[in-house]
Amino acid sequence: MAKTVAMVGTDAVAEAMRQINPDVVPAYPITPQTAVVEKYAQMVADGIVDSEMINAESEHSAMSAAIGAAAGGARVMTATSSQGLALMWEMLYIASGMRLPVVMANVNRSLSAPINIHCDHSDSMGARDSGWIQLFSENAQETYDNVLQAIRIAEHPDVLTPVMVLLDGFIISHSIDRFDLIDDDVAKAFVGQYTPRNSLLDAANPSCWGAFDGLGGYFFEFKRAQAEGMLKAPAVIREVGKEYAEISGRRYDYFASYRMEDAEFVIVAAGSAAGTIRTAVDIFREKGLRVGLLKLRMFRPFPQQELVEALSHAKAVAVFDRSDTFAGDLGGPIFVETRSAFYEAEKRPQLMNFIYGLGGRDLPMSLVNQAIEMFKDAGSAEQKKRIVYLGLRD
Amino acid sequence: MAIKLKELVRQKELLTGGHRLCAGCGASVAVRQVLHALPENVHAVTCSPTGCLEVSTTIYPYNAWRISFIHSAFENAAATISGVETAYRALKKKGKISEDFRFIVFGGDGGTYDIGFQAFSGLLERGHRAVYVCYNNEAYMNTGIQRSGATQFGAWTTTSPHGDSSAGKGQNRKDLTAIAAAHNIPYVAQAAVHNWRDTITKARKAFQADGPAVLNILAPCHRGWRYPMEQTIEMSKLATQSCIWPLYEVENGTWRLTAKIKEKTPLRDYMKPQGRFAHLFKPGNEGVLDLLQEFVDEQWERLQQQCAE
Repeated sequence: MAKTVAMVGTDAVAEAMRQINPDVVPAYPITPQTAVVEKYAQMVADGIVDSEMINAESEHSAMSAAIGAAAGGARVMTATSSQGLALMWEMLYIASGMRLPVVMANVNRSLSAPINIHCDHSDSMGARDSGWIQLFSENAQETYDNVLQAIRIAEHPDVLTPVMVLLDGFIISHSIDRFDLIDDDVAKAFVGQYTPRNSLLDAANPSCWGAFDGLGGYFFEFKRAQAEGMLKAPAVIREVGKEYAEISGRRYDYFASYRMEDAEFVIVAAGSAAGTIRTAVDIFREKGLRVGLLKLRMFRPFPQQELVEALSHAKAVAVFDRSDTFAGDLGGPIFVETRSAFYEAEKRPQLMNFIYGLGGRDLPMSLVNQAIEMFKDAGSAEQKKRIVYLGLRD
Repeated sequence: MAIKLKELVRQKELLTGGHRLCAGCGASVAVRQVLHALPENVHAVTCSPTGCLEVSTTIYPYNAWRISFIHSAFENAAATISGVETAYRALKKKGKISEDFRFIVFGGDGGTYDIGFQAFSGLLERGHRAVYVCYNNEAYMNTGIQRSGATQFGAWTTTSPHGDSSAGKGQNRKDLTAIAAAHNIPYVAQAAVHNWRDTITKARKAFQADGPAVLNILAPCHRGWRYPMEQTIEMSKLATQSCIWPLYEVENGTWRLTAKIKEKTPLRDYMKPQGRFAHLFKPGNEGVLDLLQEFVDEQWERLQQQCAE
């Protein structure tokens, strides 16, 4: 039987890792991810898991060791945050370019400067084009569920692409939340055994990894093949989600819709903000305003067509971004992609962008209400402003 | 076990001919010598940071390695091999691998002394059983001869050029071999490509070490040092004789010279044939030569004391 626990979000990552019991876990501590590393180190120390841990001397080396271990045929997991992810940046491309199915939890935290340890999505958004699949989580339950599914997605032969599971720093990582664990044997059966297609440690078949492409070589073809993995990922993510629903009762897809059937005004958001927004949706519904929420789970690959379809009947769409692109008045990353997705659509709703919560700034209900009041008038003469920094001090 | 040339030539070369390193390159000599020391019936995974050796031996779809090879980036060969070695231990423990493997890094001095230094130290501190070989040609040769932390004082490189206000590199090299030894690992040695017997002996000890081992091998580069390509072995020999590159080892903390120097030759004899030092023989730069000689003398004195000679 499934066990209900009350644990912090970092424990949700560690519990999923315990059930997966990866071969190698290289890691370096960074707030707010540290608790994952500590918890897992304790599990190793207690003999609960038999993973080999590498206490790397930096996140760059942690990801480098993850690459080496995965190329050696091991199932590899790690976790990071913020500056740590930024330090791994160079190696993120190499992990995905080598098609290594590494799974990493990233506890979302802002990037310096000024230094700030709290939540926003600028770290993972900075890595959005590094060739990793990115799955957002709303709470500890989704974090746990996403980590288990990530292994299956990453290792799928059609995909062979690393997966980053995202959880909001402190809001999810350090808050005690109630969630259900799948039975150990069910979880183990779900993730299964990992058999790599190639390995450095195949004595009979020595192999060369990370070869030099030379001049006028095959780099372009390699990258196209890599893009293919990302193109095939959505079908696999949907399939794995369905299979997961069978063992957990919890459904996962590219995004989750809330009161969307007849919604005229839709908020698109990712991560923990969805909970607050859902409550705001209920309140406005009671007032007679047809509001809905589209909670984005899969940011990479971006579910363009499905998103457009889901939003096609809306009059106005508000995209909530917990990071900025600093590209002039282009808006936040989710907004940019959502707007781009609508370019070829016949029916385009009014789109507004609300940038919120940078550096851990709270998103209280009052701000969500304020945003809904603003964007329900979007497109009117009075409401021309497209990008709003929500909750900024004067 | 004695090393017989007759037996070595019968061994299968693990780095094949046909790679694209320059004729007269010291790096390929160092690699072949080290691989000759690999125990029989033992498999190996080697890793190189970005550099001459990597770009010249793995030009896709060709590959000059008969053993598994991985390159991931420039500063992280030590971290990458840490991962491979750990995967090996993990999979062996689970019974998924039965063969015996060794792990080797072949890194240039740029990827070891400078940008890869942190990962290098991390590997040694964590105690991975891997042999880290630095093929040291005293500059960034792959990108066209830029200074590194291994470049000698006074040497010309494209980023330490000489001119009216400069007589070449303004700093002495860092002593990476001693820094490696300070990690208190089982085996550290300094070697040079002209002395194959010494290098192979050291490599054998490195492969036997129960923990990390470091081999810092002088591998002259005629492109960067500016000498005729057929003189690589001669340059290596002159470096040792002048004591700018003494051969020694640190085995479980015990320092020992491995090639006796009967008569230390003047540094000038070593520097004169090399274009990278040519400016030092021009009027006005004599002081630089003396300073380098002084540095070498001091280092040699200290090393002899450490080796209780």
